[in-house]
Amino acid sequence: MTTKITDVARVVRSKNAGPFELTLDIILRERSDYEHLRDNEIITREKIAELYGIPVEDVLHILCFEPANAIKITLKRPIPSGAPGETDVYGAQQHAPLFALEW
Amino acid sequence: MAHTENEFRILSPTAILGYGFPVESFQRGLDRNPHLIAVDAGSTDPGPYYLGAGKSFTDRNAVKRDLRHMITAGVARKVPVVVGTAGGCGAKPHLDWCREIIEEIAAEEKINFTLGVIPSDIDPEVIREKLKAGKVTPLKYVHDLTEEILDKSVNIVAQMGHEPIIKALEAGCDVVLTGRCYDPAVFASLPAHLGFDKALALHCGKILECAAIAATPGSGSDCAMGTITQDSFILEPLSDKRKFTSYSAAAHTLYEKTDPYHLPGPGGALNLEKCSFTELDGGRVEVKGTTFDATDEYFVKLEGCQLTGYRTISIAGLRDPIMMNSIDEILELVKNQVQVTLDEEKINGRIVTHLYGKNGVMGALEPVQNLTGHEMCLVIEAIAPTQKEADTVCGLFRSTLLHYGYEGRIATAGNLAFPYSPSDVKMGEMFEFSLYHLMQVDDPSELFKLEKNSL
Repeated sequence: MTTKITDVARVVRSKNAGPFELTLDIILRERSDYEHLRDNEIITREKIAELYGIPVEDVLHILCFEPANAIKITLKRPIPSGAPGETDVYGAQQHAPLFALEW
Repeated sequence: MAHTENEFRILSPTAILGYGFPVESFQRGLDRNPHLIAVDAGSTDPGPYYLGAGKSFTDRNAVKRDLRHMITAGVARKVPVVVGTAGGCGAKPHLDWCREIIEEIAAEEKINFTLGVIPSDIDPEVIREKLKAGKVTPLKYVHDLTEEILDKSVNIVAQMGHEPIIKALEAGCDVVLTGRCYDPAVFASLPAHLGFDKALALHCGKILECAAIAATPGSGSDCAMGTITQDSFILEPLSDKRKFTSYSAAAHTLYEKTDPYHLPGPGGALNLEKCSFTELDGGRVEVKGTTFDATDEYFVKLEGCQLTGYRTISIAGLRDPIMMNSIDEILELVKNQVQVTLDEEKINGRIVTHLYGKNGVMGALEPVQNLTGHEMCLVIEAIAPTQKEADTVCGLFRSTLLHYGYEGRIATAGNLAFPYSPSDVKMGEMFEFSLYHLMQVDDPSELFKLEKNSL
């Protein structure tokens, strides 16, 4: 049976981490789902690069944060916050492609 | 500053000075006899304009209201009040703006106190020397700093740590107002000085700088209390409407951070690898195990902006399916046609288009390619060296697109639905971040000199 990220996550969000990085948080409701994602190659730099249509090297890292059952992904911002051509100064609406994650 | 208790209580009234707080929560915090009332006023989140233009992103009346409660309570109880990153960005215009508000409060309330002001503006010549000495390094994904960028930059500030605030409190200041400051330092300065664990104090400050945002339900406009003990700190809500949970406190550590286990700041990084979050009664959470990894050299973060130009924008709706089907191509053709005129007239300027209903929110990151809506919103943005030129570029693009005879067009009266007359809006100055670099210093306080004022 397929599990969708929206079935098991209590938080999926994006935000600036400073004006030059974008950080994505996935917080799981259950420890078991967190551990499943942590221990299996589901959320990888390659997968995130594919979802966002960016080079793999622009995915800075993917980290697991146990105290909050959280997976954190940090990306290079395509355009720094507020610079010409920018679309989202706070970076708060860049999370939707993560809704396509399923396993 | 004799401290006889074995714990240190900090009242954080609100997430950002000017976001407000309920008087009942604040009073409940005061009833707990805090040793410090502190608030963070700043963020780079609202973008480069506010630093570049020297303006606050918070409302003056709202800031004055919050400060009036904090200062009258602090002065009456002889509890220090520390306000970090004045005016949102902490450069001189922001500091002057906030200082004036505090002076008004002192006069209106007829209260006397010593105000310590710590500017954080950095002389470009100091940075130039450090740059030549190889002591300025860009943060991740940031361009290298050059002298040319430095020359163009305005309102350059450095983020101070807790050390300059300690000096101000030692010098007898009752209220301390800082320029750009590392958010947690506002809360951690006094307890760290009094001998409480610096790592715990800074981690506590990291959470308190957002006040009740780290509680559940979270709120940026409610108070929170942090109590630093000998080997932990305890977060406590000040309203029955919310509580801290181990999850809410831990999850907050993720927010706006690159790496939740290692949180860098002036002089080193907080290390949360061995951190535990335990729920206590009364909606409280106890945090233990945080450590501090000092760097060999002391670095401060520089922030500065440069003027990109001036902006004029125009907003228009699209409803014609034939046009929407080839909108990217149409916009490109119109850009090219306009560029010919701009070149002929020697007008510098460029056009950026934002197409809501297609990729207005995510731009290049948007994975969805097929159109599903029946209408779109187009924001035309012109950027040029002067407002006049920006007006011209915007007007030219708008009028050309309005009557552009694209391939297959059968609606020949006009291509755009303007919600407004006038259709074009002057946006004024536009800035971008030009400095976001680390600079090595010999002494944490060398750049931040205290100015003492008796009010």
